[in-house]
Amino acid sequence: MVQPRIRRRAFDTAAVPAVAPSASPSIAPAVKLNGFVRQFGENRVIDGLDLSIAPGEFVALLGASGSGKTTLLRTLAGLDPVGDQDVTTPSTRAVVFQDARLLPWKKVWRNVALGLKDKDVRARAEAALKEVGLGHRLDAWPSTLSGGEAQRTALARALVREPGLLLLDEPFAALDALTRLKMHDLVLNLWNEHRPAVLLVTHDVDEAISLADRVLVLNKGRIAAEEHIALERPRAPDARFQAIRRRLLGHLGVEAPASHEGALIAFPTGEAVQ
Amino acid sequence: MLLALWELGSRFGLIPERVLAAPSTVAETFWALTVSGELPANLLVSLARAAAGLAIALAVAVSLGLLAGLSRWGETVVDPLMQIKRTIPSLALTPLFIVWFGIGETPKIALIAVATTFPIYLNLFAGVRGIDVRLVEAARSFGLSGWSLVREVILPGALPSFFVGLRYALGVSVLVLVVAEQINAQAGLGHLINNARDFMRTDIIVVCLLVYALLGLGADALVRTLERRALAWRPSLVEQ
Ligand SMILES: Nc1ncnc2c1ncn2[C@@H]1O[C@H](COP(=O)(O)OP(=O)(O)OP(=O)(O)O)[C@@H](O)[C@H]1O
Ligand SMILES: [Mg+2]
Repeated sequence: MVQPRIRRRAFDTAAVPAVAPSASPSIAPAVKLNGFVRQFGENRVIDGLDLSIAPGEFVALLGASGSGKTTLLRTLAGLDPVGDQDVTTPSTRAVVFQDARLLPWKKVWRNVALGLKDKDVRARAEAALKEVGLGHRLDAWPSTLSGGEAQRTALARALVREPGLLLLDEPFAALDALTRLKMHDLVLNLWNEHRPAVLLVTHDVDEAISLADRVLVLNKGRIAAEEHIALERPRAPDARFQAIRRRLLGHLGVEAPASHEGALIAFPTGEAVQ
Repeated sequence: MLLALWELGSRFGLIPERVLAAPSTVAETFWALTVSGELPANLLVSLARAAAGLAIALAVAVSLGLLAGLSRWGETVVDPLMQIKRTIPSLALTPLFIVWFGIGETPKIALIAVATTFPIYLNLFAGVRGIDVRLVEAARSFGLSGWSLVREVILPGALPSFFVGLRYALGVSVLVLVVAEQINAQAGLGHLINNARDFMRTDIIVVCLLVYALLGLGADALVRTLERRALAWRPSLVEQ
């Protein structure tokens, strides 16, 4: 099977604004769920959830532990059965899991090329790995990669398929703060480059606000709150940022503490990878 | 040291030739048998038997191991049979196999095959079942399914465990070879030993025992080499 490349219909890559326009009704959404339900036995984890993500839109999903974020992501990834419910997703989807999940018996580039069937897979894998700054580790075994490198490999493996929807399940949670900030820049750059719709699951409110066009809060099986982030990227933790942050923490049921991560958020953006 | 004592004992007649030949005699016999081509020829026959038995065992064990490992009904059908088979010592089947297959090559090869199937099967089955499902899931999310999933993910993941089984099976194959070749062998190491017994040539018997031991060591070295090649990706606990 040849992976079809997603044509970038909705956006002209060259003219991508720093803030993506929110879903306009004229564009068919990349992702659409209507009253979606998912339960394990008696435990109804997702309960009548509505969700729509525009092509090329970057959405972050917050929620308490056990609120069903991973469950929702797995549904969108096609890893769980959905029964006869209506789930619209792009045909090409790619997941980056919290643990990189590289196959330890395949060299790094073969992991990136996993499941690709064209003849120039090596060249494509190489290009993707160069994009994430790992051009020098093509023939390494995954067990020799650092945590950040493994996650970047996983990112390359997802992007090499030119997915219409990129699903990220807390991909940076296990990384140290500095590496995490570099990964944020990398993800934003890659997103600008390839323009997939993105659903980023995270626990980190600051991460969500500094990356996404729109932040959703999942609670009791539904989208309980939504914030459009109309701030220019790169985003400094200014007053507007803090206001959004306070509102989101409120939705999450957390008393907003004074931001102690301001210095980290203000980390200069740019070609910080490597 | 032991060797020296043994040699001295033989020289001074403390250990009669009938009981155990002197090391020097054994060495001479070894050389003579090798030069005459008698030992290599018989060794080759024995090796061919072991190889044939192992090849059958590999084919059967890998098929059954995958069948039982990859599907629930496969496990229900195959695993109980294999467990029952395990409780019967393979060597106890010797008389039955002689009745069924006569005293030619077939019972010898069949015995080796039967005895070595189980360790390979068991370890492969455990390896397949022990695979990290998160890796399988990731691979599925990247479009792998069916045979490509088995080839790219499940088999490589089960390989370390498979090698444990293979190593064990090779050891067993030498053991069974010894017994199987007592069945009216016309050639092979067992044949050599039987003849030597009839003529009370303890030197030849010792030579054959040594060759059996070397076979065991050689088999182990072979699997280790294969393992090092195939499992190069594995970070090892102990520095190589
Ligand atoms: N396969 C399963 N079988 C039964 N229950 C499950 C299964 N998967 C998830 N659950 C339950 O569904 C609920 C939501 O789980 P999920 O993994 O989606 O949470 P989450 O929001 O991703 O949490 P976290 O932030 O801790 O990762 C939990 O209560 C969990 O126990
Ligand atoms: Mg989760």
